[in-house]
Amino acid sequence: MSKVIVVTSGKGGVGKTTSSAAFAAGLAAKGHKTAVIDFDVGLRNLDLIMGVERRVVYDFVNVINGEATLKQALIKDKRVDNLYILPASQTRDKDALNKEGVESVINELKADDFDYIVCDSPAGIERGAFMALYFADEAIIVTNPEVSSVRDSDRILGILQSRSKAAEDGGSVKEHLLITRYSPNRVEGGDMLSMDDIVEILSIPLIGVIPESGAVLQASNSGNPVILDTESTAGQAYTDVVARFLGEDVPLRFTEAVIEKKGFFKKLFG
Amino acid sequence: MGLFNFFKKEKKKDTASLAKERLQILIAHEHTDKSKKSPDYLPKLQAEILEVIRKYVHVDEKDVNVNVEKGDDFDVLELNITLPEDK
Repeated sequence: MSKVIVVTSGKGGVGKTTSSAAFAAGLAAKGHKTAVIDFDVGLRNLDLIMGVERRVVYDFVNVINGEATLKQALIKDKRVDNLYILPASQTRDKDALNKEGVESVINELKADDFDYIVCDSPAGIERGAFMALYFADEAIIVTNPEVSSVRDSDRILGILQSRSKAAEDGGSVKEHLLITRYSPNRVEGGDMLSMDDIVEILSIPLIGVIPESGAVLQASNSGNPVILDTESTAGQAYTDVVARFLGEDVPLRFTEAVIEKKGFFKKLFG
Repeated sequence: MGLFNFFKKEKKKDTASLAKERLQILIAHEHTDKSKKSPDYLPKLQAEILEVIRKYVHVDEKDVNVNVEKGDDFDVLELNITLPEDK
């Protein structure tokens, strides 16, 4: 049984693509055949984050238009077995994605024994974002501890609950909250929304908290999914997210404030 | 926490709780807006009810009031019909 998972947020820049790349790589590393699809037509970036930008020949829209086969367009990852990337097109045609086309690609992936199909949504609530979430069985809502991000997540949850195919068919999309760029010290200081605050406001179950980490920028700089950086806190937190998604019971990490060790004088004057 | 921070702290504290409050109000508001908008059928419902009632009693359009109120677990369809006084 294949599952379609959308990674979405409403707001831009919160870490959808970083999370999609990490999550898909994590699922594949656990032995599941996984495809990650970039739905951000016109502004593709998943290829860059995954470090396969020089291997893009055909894209998602080419496949939908019958200009290439799915097999030709899928890029097989060289680091992780079972991982395939389907890049978005750089076309400026906003109507390049349509329900029939997206459905046929998803069905072909299902028929090809993919266990997980991860849909990396563009920001906003326009066509691309809608297409990315329409066929989803489950959704990962990426949220920063920041007011505009939380509000936009609420908006996108409303759309998932009313306009997705699952909702139209009388069912529902299973929702997971993923908080990224979390700084426990700032939460402790009272200057950042806590994960409990965000869970309370959005009232969907939490699948993980990714701490703010320099490793994320380093990973995207080098085109490696951050989950492969097993030394980093962010990488480890993503590994936990994947484990929880697969049903393991893993406690949260890196969510407690770290007290800086200071000397006597620093304590007094710091 | 340093000596100087100790004094600075109070004023600066808890922009997070401010953020939370603002979000709760905003999101609650946005959700009510949606529920207010959702029953597009209200005007038509009102007209049809008026028609049925007029078969039996003569009431004016303004005497029929249809309203939807959103509860926690359920919505209430409120129907208010003012009947004309007996002569």
